[in-house]
Amino acid sequence: MKKIFLYTFLIITSLVTLVPFIWMLAASFMPDGDASVFPPTFIPGPFTITQYQVLFERLNVARNFFNSLFLSITVTFISLFFNSMAGYAFAKYKFKGKNQLFNILLSSMIIPSQVTMLPLFLMLKSIGLINTYMAIIIPGLANIFGIFLIRQYVMSIPDSLLEAAKMDGATDFQIYRRVIIPLATPILVTLAIFTFLGTWNDFLWPLIALTDNSMYTLPVSLANLMGEHTKDPELMMAGSVITIIPVIIVFLVLQKYYVRGIMMGSVKE
Amino acid sequence: MKNFSARAAYFFLAPALSAIFIFFFIPVIAAFVISLTDFDIYALGDYSTVRFIGLSNYVELFDDPLFWTALKNTFYYVLVASPLSIAVSLGAAMLLNSKLVKLKGIFRLSYFIPVVTTLVAVAIVWRFIYHPKFGIMNYFLSWFNINPVDWLGDPVWAMPAIILMSVWKNFGYNMIIFIAGLQNISEDLYEAADMEGANGLQKFRSITLPMLAPTTLFVSIITMIGFFQLFAEPYVMTQGGPLNSTLSIVQYMYQEGFRWWNMGYSASIAFVLFFIIFIGTLIQFKLQKSAR
Repeated sequence: MKKIFLYTFLIITSLVTLVPFIWMLAASFMPDGDASVFPPTFIPGPFTITQYQVLFERLNVARNFFNSLFLSITVTFISLFFNSMAGYAFAKYKFKGKNQLFNILLSSMIIPSQVTMLPLFLMLKSIGLINTYMAIIIPGLANIFGIFLIRQYVMSIPDSLLEAAKMDGATDFQIYRRVIIPLATPILVTLAIFTFLGTWNDFLWPLIALTDNSMYTLPVSLANLMGEHTKDPELMMAGSVITIIPVIIVFLVLQKYYVRGIMMGSVKE
Repeated sequence: MKNFSARAAYFFLAPALSAIFIFFFIPVIAAFVISLTDFDIYALGDYSTVRFIGLSNYVELFDDPLFWTALKNTFYYVLVASPLSIAVSLGAAMLLNSKLVKLKGIFRLSYFIPVVTTLVAVAIVWRFIYHPKFGIMNYFLSWFNINPVDWLGDPVWAMPAIILMSVWKNFGYNMIIFIAGLQNISEDLYEAADMEGANGLQKFRSITLPMLAPTTLFVSIITMIGFFQLFAEPYVMTQGGPLNSTLSIVQYMYQEGFRWWNMGYSASIAFVLFFIIFIGTLIQFKLQKSAR
């Protein structure tokens, strides 16, 4: 009895959680006007891909899709490289001021990124980088949370492995490259998903730093389209589907790593 | 470790730390300096017109009714949405942690999907869900004979509508953290309570809640910090309206700084936001300490 109640509750709440996505998907395959009916329908009467055609052929969304994909991948790779080196240094090396430096970094995570946006904008504007890919890549080069995650993980790698490699004549960089990177792959995958999704979903900074439709990432382009198409739910839903599908795929494929990242991030020192 | 020199450490740290220093720490300091100036659209063309005006921007903020509105709205949002989303997260985590439930993965996945999806895209979806005539929300309410509500067009309902959407979007994240926390509570405690005839509510109050205290502190802090930065939802769904009823601090900062180019003023808004988040975090730590 209790079990039936529990399952009914779980199934209903899961469905309620998913309803917005189901409606989004359905409406995106409807012809103009079909999503503006009462009661709302969840199955397209005539099924059509017109909305997607309009987005790609007339509104040039492919370009925005490419921008999002290119920037998310680039930021992910560069920051993974920078963060992993720094995380390794914090985990395994002794140097003066290490703990103080690490604590300063950790406590500055409380500073909201909005604080940095005005000076960052002026800085990039003065060197002509506003409305370029660099405007998005530069603030994403390294991040404190990433360094923290990698440090936590690398600390669990036994020192003896690294010392043995050193005895065999490996240089510090070779140890990083041949020992640390392979052993830390799980956490690197975790961080890669966080960074990829974070960059893909980011809105405020791209809205500020990119000023031209051809440079917009998908979220910025979508918000911009919304201004002109408030009466076109079908078109906007198709745009939302295009924006959301890649992140859902990345998440579904790698969800184990993503969930682990949330849990590791919540471990207190 | 032996033979692992500090010099190599500096080599590994250099790229990340210089990036963070140049593109994070310097801008933070610069933002504070800018907030003490009258940096505006003219200064954008010619930096020499910038004048140092001390704390004038902060004084002006104090007399700015629109800023107070943004502040009030943001507090309304944070103070309602944070506890609500944490409560839903905890509820979902406890359900999914129940030994009676199989296929946990599927339920967990469906609760979690909103977390990873693009905020702007789902805000657009919800804008249509809240459509007064054709939206799913009013359709759902019509089953219970509730009259249609103009969710995003009514100053009273616009913020609750945004809160509901935020809870839906975010509860999955904290749910995962709570599940991890619940799994760390020893079964023995519950068994001992069972032997003494404790009921479900008693067990929840005297075992689950206290054992989860550190997790709850962490969750409240990250949730609060995130919610104070409310921006995309009102930007996409209401543009801060109707009648500025959903204008948030970050949105006001964005408008002042990047629409009207009052960058000095905008920087002071950003610093007030930082200050509020800082105080909020301190309070949470204090509360948690005194509770023990």
